[in-house]
Amino acid sequence: MLVSLGVVPILISSRNANVREAWTFGAAGLKFLIILSMLPTVLEGRELVCTVVEVLPGVALRLRVDALGMLFALVASSLWIITSAYSIGYMRGLDEHSQTRYFCFFALALSATIGAAFSANLFTLYLFYEMLSFATYPLVTHHQDAEARRSGRKYLLYIVGTSIGLVLPAMVISYHLSGTLEFSGQGFLPRSTSPILLGVLLFMFLFGFAKAAIMPLHAWLPAAMVAPTPVSALLHAVAVVKVGVFSILRILTGVFGLDLLASLHLGTAVAYVAAFTIIVASLIALTQNEMKRLLAFSTIGQLSYIVLGAALLSPKGLMGGMVHIAMHAFGKITLFFCAGAIYVATGKKYISEMVGIGKRMPVTMAAFFIGALSIIGIPPGGGFLSKWYLVLGALQADQFPLLLVILVSSLLNAAYFIPIVYRAFFVGSQETNFPDTVSEAPIFCVAPLALTALISLALFFYPQPFLDLAQLAVQALLGETGK
Amino acid sequence: MSEHYPALLVILPLLASFFISAAGWLRPVYCFPLAVAALGSSLLVSLGVLGDVISGGPVSYWMGGWPPPWGIYYRVDYLNALVLAVVSAVGFVNLIAARPSVEKDFPEKAGPFYTLYVLFVTGLLGMVATGDAFNLYVLLEIAAITGYALIALGKGRAALSSLHYVFLGTIGACFYLLGVGYLYIITGSLNMEDIARLLPPLYDSKVVTVAFAILMVGVWLKMGFFPLHAWLPNAYTYAPSPVSSLVAPLMTKVMVYVMIRMVLTVFTVDFAFLVLRLNEVVVWLAVIAIVMGSLLALAEKDVKRMLTFIVVAEVGYMVGGFWLGNQAGFTGAVLHILNDALMTLCLFLAVGNIVHVKGDSRWESLPGLFRTMPWTMGALVVGALSIIGVPPTCGFFSKWYLLLGAIQGGHYGFLLALLFSSLVSVVLFFRIFEIGFFEPFGASHGSAHGEGGPAIQEAPLGMLVPLWMTALGLILVGLYTGEIVGRVIRHAVPGMML
Repeated sequence: MLVSLGVVPILISSRNANVREAWTFGAAGLKFLIILSMLPTVLEGRELVCTVVEVLPGVALRLRVDALGMLFALVASSLWIITSAYSIGYMRGLDEHSQTRYFCFFALALSATIGAAFSANLFTLYLFYEMLSFATYPLVTHHQDAEARRSGRKYLLYIVGTSIGLVLPAMVISYHLSGTLEFSGQGFLPRSTSPILLGVLLFMFLFGFAKAAIMPLHAWLPAAMVAPTPVSALLHAVAVVKVGVFSILRILTGVFGLDLLASLHLGTAVAYVAAFTIIVASLIALTQNEMKRLLAFSTIGQLSYIVLGAALLSPKGLMGGMVHIAMHAFGKITLFFCAGAIYVATGKKYISEMVGIGKRMPVTMAAFFIGALSIIGIPPGGGFLSKWYLVLGALQADQFPLLLVILVSSLLNAAYFIPIVYRAFFVGSQETNFPDTVSEAPIFCVAPLALTALISLALFFYPQPFLDLAQLAVQALLGETGK
Repeated sequence: MSEHYPALLVILPLLASFFISAAGWLRPVYCFPLAVAALGSSLLVSLGVLGDVISGGPVSYWMGGWPPPWGIYYRVDYLNALVLAVVSAVGFVNLIAARPSVEKDFPEKAGPFYTLYVLFVTGLLGMVATGDAFNLYVLLEIAAITGYALIALGKGRAALSSLHYVFLGTIGACFYLLGVGYLYIITGSLNMEDIARLLPPLYDSKVVTVAFAILMVGVWLKMGFFPLHAWLPNAYTYAPSPVSSLVAPLMTKVMVYVMIRMVLTVFTVDFAFLVLRLNEVVVWLAVIAIVMGSLLALAEKDVKRMLTFIVVAEVGYMVGGFWLGNQAGFTGAVLHILNDALMTLCLFLAVGNIVHVKGDSRWESLPGLFRTMPWTMGALVVGALSIIGVPPTCGFFSKWYLLLGAIQGGHYGFLLALLFSSLVSVVLFFRIFEIGFFEPFGASHGSAHGEGGPAIQEAPLGMLVPLWMTALGLILVGLYTGEIVGRVIRHAVPGMML
């Protein structure tokens, strides 16, 4: 019920110019607290529902707080606070223009993300999805130069083009078939629909939510890296892309239902599409020299883990996918923060220039190392847990080829992250590009990245809240299907 | 009092136009307040009628107490109650916004302008309210002739465009009249309901078929249904801004209403859909209209002219939705009359502001506008999102119903045309936003600390307030789509389509 209240103060505060940072913190903190306050209720297994207005027969603008949405909202809102701090350091450090607009649309984008997390039906999800697309456009194109314009075009073309061209008709067809758009445990599409139509619909949704960056609709993500780093960090490692993946999770579980997918073997098809993306994205990441592009391709691969987890249709796989939303978010945001901190402190964007940087910025690079561990899935990184569940899920579903994909991809992840760390620290003094003196980025940049790195570690030891939420979400799905 | 609403709706502004005309000679300062009073009261009356219809069903009115089929007969049901409210609301809001540009561009013609303006709205209101086919023609000509005059007030090629419009518009009106004449010959009646009662035994007659065909062509010509749209872009482009933002949202929409009214009430759905079986053909024509309107819009490098082609495409939405012949399509078409009137008003008002400040709306005038005219551009974004069809703006919901209708009717060509036009709209508007946002390159980067950059040069408050009322209206109407459809449009759906 309180979610709608969570959006209001942000919209008001986003207009304020002089004390905007204070407002941003206030709004971020308040939102986090509101979401946190709903956590106990959700953990008890209950759901909060709030209907705003019924817009079409059987379709209302409705918010519902359930375990899966809670998990995602918790991640996004907590990281928003940290990113706000980081934004201040980064934007002031680089003396960027139009900071008011920046913070304003940032808040708007976050509201849309939380709205998407708590959407009770496909219509509401679509509404917030589109709102997020348009709210992030000014952020992606923040620099307002020719390159930003090109990337902005690509961004819109992919994101809006697919959502209007694929999701909208798929949504209307679903409504035509079933007369509702409300997510439910077994999916709302009638069982009698022809398998071919169901297959077509599934792939329209899968590729339509292009924010999930499933290949071949991934090209916008590397392009969108022209945005300021905090935007890349929060939006393109957490909010935007995760909304895409989250939407696909909702489609698989809430629209189609696991039983239906299993009976038609559609889950396997989705899983192989995701597997393809994982491997190819990791291979491309190996060849990148620009830090943020490497992270972008790594993100593309990691996102498909989540889709893969859900598409395995086994309880452990689902759980792995859901937990990976959280684990990847904390890990990847750390990496992005590091890339930004390096840029603020030294102006370097390319990996080949970062030889020996560990001596200059030890804290940053240590955090980078932890983040990388988490993404690769080595203990004590948090990512180990989600990969563990994914592997179990693949075993549960008897999908050995996919198991292999997960393992090979982890090796590839290691192959593109470890050399960066290695060359940052272990080089001779003649090779290094940097003097020996320690000189970090501003405290507003370093503190957040240290914090997210620590959280990544902590999540390995205390993953309980996220595991519980994922467990609840899986139970809600499977309990109703009677497995 | 309330039983006289349908008559008051037309009589009040009609009388007022005489007073405004007189005031134009004697005291020009009174023209504007008089016009506001006239259209304001029309708005209130039309809302009153809408309320009556919602609570008590359709309202009938016999002018001077003459019973039909002899006297002039007004009938307001669920369908035209909604359109009446739209017409009077758009007329009123636009009138408020018109004042600054009238004072700036042609202060000496304020008297004639307001007179024509009010008469134009009178004509439209009458067309919507009347239940008499010939009376509709008379009012159509009132609206058309005042429309030509209003458009000719513009600069440059306005007079020529207006003349072009006169020729084609007159042909359209003549076709309509000819169709009504055929109907009169064969039935001996001009009252819509009376004709409908007399027609069924004559469905096989060639005369009825010809009457229908001629009438439809006339109506299509007047609404600018592709390929009969040739007059529209120039007329709407070269008209003065306050005229474009009046004529563009209303004229085409009212003609769509006339088409629906003629099919529903005069020829009946049975005849149009079951006897003639034209629906498939017309929907394909609509598909062509949508696609061509969108493509032609792509070629334009002037915001206002681009909008005129969007209007052409949107006409295709409504015609196609109606001729799908199912409940969802009909709902979409009627809802789109309301939504499109608001969207076009919003966009044309925004462009009017740009023209007011910059002198014209060509692409060369756009760079840096997000900085200098943030409020206008903000409203333009809302209007654009609505045309694209992004929830929660109202454009999404009518598109939703149209898409649903296309799927229910199995008409995938129409479905694809709608999606195509939405995608083209994204390109159309984001090109504008790109120019407004990015160009001049780097100029904003230089002044990293200066949040303001170049000073804000906005349109006067008198233009911004109506603009933002419309923009917010787009969102509110979108959110209350459920109410509008449930209380009004659902009752207007003819039985056959259910």
